[in-house]
Amino acid sequence: MSAPLLEVAALSVAIGGTPILRDLSFKLGGGEVLGLVGASGCGKSMTALALMRLLPRGAAMQGAVRLCGEDLTIKSDAQMRSIRGRTVGMVFQEPMTALNPLMSIGAQVAETVRLHGAASRKAAQRAARDALDAVGLSGEQGALDRLPFELSGGQRQRVAIAMALAVAPPLLIADEPTTALDVITQAQVLTLLKDLARSRHMGLLLITHDLAVVAQLTDRVAVMQSGRILEQDVTHEVLRHPRHSHTQALIAAAALEPRRGGAALPGQPVLCVSHVVKEYPRRRRSIFKAPPPLRALDDVSLLVHAGETVGVVGESGSGKSSLLKVILALHRAEQGGVALLGENFSDAGGARLRTLRRAIQAVFQDPRSSFDGRWTVADIVAEPFFLMDTPPDSAERHRKVAHVLSQVGLMPQDATRFPHEFSGGQRQRIAIARALITQPAVIAFDEAVSALDVLVREQILQLLAQLAQSANLAYLFVTHDLHVIRAIADRIYVMQRGRIVEHGTTAQVFDSPQHEYTRALIAATPRL
Amino acid sequence: MNTPVRHWNFTVGALITAGFIGMALLAQFWTPYDPAALSIVDKLQAPDARHWLGTDQLGRDVLSMIMAGARTSVGVALLSVLIGASIGVPLGLVAAAARGALDEVLMRGNDVVFAFPALLSAILITAVFGPGAVNAIIAIGIFNIPVFARVARAGALTQWTLDYTLAARIAGKGGWRISWEHVLPNLFALLWVQSTIQFSLGIIAEAGLSYVGLGAQPPTPSWGRMLNDAQTLTALAPYLAVIPGLAVLLFVLGLNLLGEGLRQRAERA
Repeated sequence: MSAPLLEVAALSVAIGGTPILRDLSFKLGGGEVLGLVGASGCGKSMTALALMRLLPRGAAMQGAVRLCGEDLTIKSDAQMRSIRGRTVGMVFQEPMTALNPLMSIGAQVAETVRLHGAASRKAAQRAARDALDAVGLSGEQGALDRLPFELSGGQRQRVAIAMALAVAPPLLIADEPTTALDVITQAQVLTLLKDLARSRHMGLLLITHDLAVVAQLTDRVAVMQSGRILEQDVTHEVLRHPRHSHTQALIAAAALEPRRGGAALPGQPVLCVSHVVKEYPRRRRSIFKAPPPLRALDDVSLLVHAGETVGVVGESGSGKSSLLKVILALHRAEQGGVALLGENFSDAGGARLRTLRRAIQAVFQDPRSSFDGRWTVADIVAEPFFLMDTPPDSAERHRKVAHVLSQVGLMPQDATRFPHEFSGGQRQRIAIARALITQPAVIAFDEAVSALDVLVREQILQLLAQLAQSANLAYLFVTHDLHVIRAIADRIYVMQRGRIVEHGTTAQVFDSPQHEYTRALIAATPRL
Repeated sequence: MNTPVRHWNFTVGALITAGFIGMALLAQFWTPYDPAALSIVDKLQAPDARHWLGTDQLGRDVLSMIMAGARTSVGVALLSVLIGASIGVPLGLVAAAARGALDEVLMRGNDVVFAFPALLSAILITAVFGPGAVNAIIAIGIFNIPVFARVARAGALTQWTLDYTLAARIAGKGGWRISWEHVLPNLFALLWVQSTIQFSLGIIAEAGLSYVGLGAQPPTPSWGRMLNDAQTLTALAPYLAVIPGLAVLLFVLGLNLLGEGLRQRAERA
């Protein structure tokens, strides 16, 4: 092989004297895909920033980064600015914030071309068109005058990739490019990235926490922990024969062994959703007639029995969140209703509603925004006591908070701390503690483990399994992640565009999917 | 690298503001001379050891008048901010919690108040109800209401998108309670910043109203009226116009620095 496109030799970075990256060395050739994988906080994103010399102030860098034979560590800031974008393209996780919301996508892609390629306005327009075509945004979908908000998450991420690729950089760094996308879109974007790397002989450095993505996309992989590369090799070698114990743990956690047999539990039904229709008004375009409302939920029925874990799977926009809001009696359905413990929950009011609410609690996706940052853990966890007719006195409250905290594996003394003092996984434990405190019959989870990395996810799922057994809790798990659902659910409902298209036991749905959408979802899920 | 600059904003702003407010408090009990005492013998004296900032055409001590004027300025601005915040913030919170028709009504009502140039309408109000410090406070206060309502509503809408408000609703809490327990405390940083800005605008508005004779009436000293009085004497005693002008300028500058410093602190936190 000729000289590699990118060669990193003994790269170390320290911020304020604390070592962040230690002695990293790796190479990446043209047309090759290298995965950089590790749990959150292992330094993988910091590596990308170090390569681009975008480190925060006060960071000291040692070692060499050679791109096309030139050492980037000795370039001036002005030279680096032209290298970023022109020689190295970057794609980040969040497709919304990467785009200017007020600028049409064509203009944004063309602007990148003009910034880096001194092209004429016309030529830049053409290059933008080509770049958008290359990422599969052709025809009306990718019309140059569309604005970011008119596009779906996946389409936006394609625009971000088109911006990175418009000037044909020899190296593309993609930092969690598909983490915010649903499976089917993720599969499309990953295939696109790989094809582009091959056809343009472009080096692709893919940073991710998801080993399944690594397995599917990369030629070689480097596993990182605490700023070090533990091992690097051809991807299937690392996955088959991990040498380091941390790699083994990551692989085991990513594999997610099913922990329930899918045995039908003959419990009483605790939650019964029947024929729910939920509509949202659409924005008026004409003053003469109102547009037909958007049907977010169309005749949705589902059942959760005591002690059972039920999964609702679908991609973003399939109506999962609307369903949860109707189930939690936060939104009112146009038709149909929700029964909780055999009583009408959707039409309950006043004291009745408060009593019923004790039986259903929820855990949300984002462990950062789930809590009021000004409240202590004790206040947060005890908030649902508001549902009690006679709230417990302070000694009783204290005791109960300590009890649920220890149930979820936290310390009773954590009660006086604030949420920002905890890691993402610990915060999700706090959220679970809050959901447990009223001793509900059902807990609804809205993508509750999607924001966690695999090792933490494994711990949380274990905790949930324990709790379900000890308290005969039922879970309603709403997620786009088939992998997780397969491991924990007894029964599964598959949602597409507001309808339940298929349901059955986990084994039925995964082994003999009936609906084509289910088959597409399963096929799109990356596998180890 | 940025830290010293940020400290500088906050510290200087806080010092200037504290200085003026301290001066206003001190004037409550003590001024070098009685700010209303006339002494024609001592008229139009340039600053010297006896009268640090000189005397005006009626022989009043300018330093004493500035101190007493600070009291008027601070009092008017502070009370008008309190009026604006105590009515505007609840309106904004209600609008954000209710959404829909109530939100529309409240915010369009806001727009109507906003549509009038503030000073012009203040002149209208004081002209109708008579000039004086109290009416100035009410007039400026009314124009603080829509500002606080908008800021509170915008901040509250952001808070309402966060999952913790959903969690609170699942805990059975209603819109009002969540606004009060969760949303409002999370807006404090925002509201403090807005308060310093409105406070400084209040200082300017009070000076403006007094300048045209619709603010505090004699003998209550006021920076705006000092400016007006000095107008015809600029050739003879320029310091008479410069000193109250500088007082307004410095106080407003200090408040803006303080607001900026508070904003940066809130962002860093």
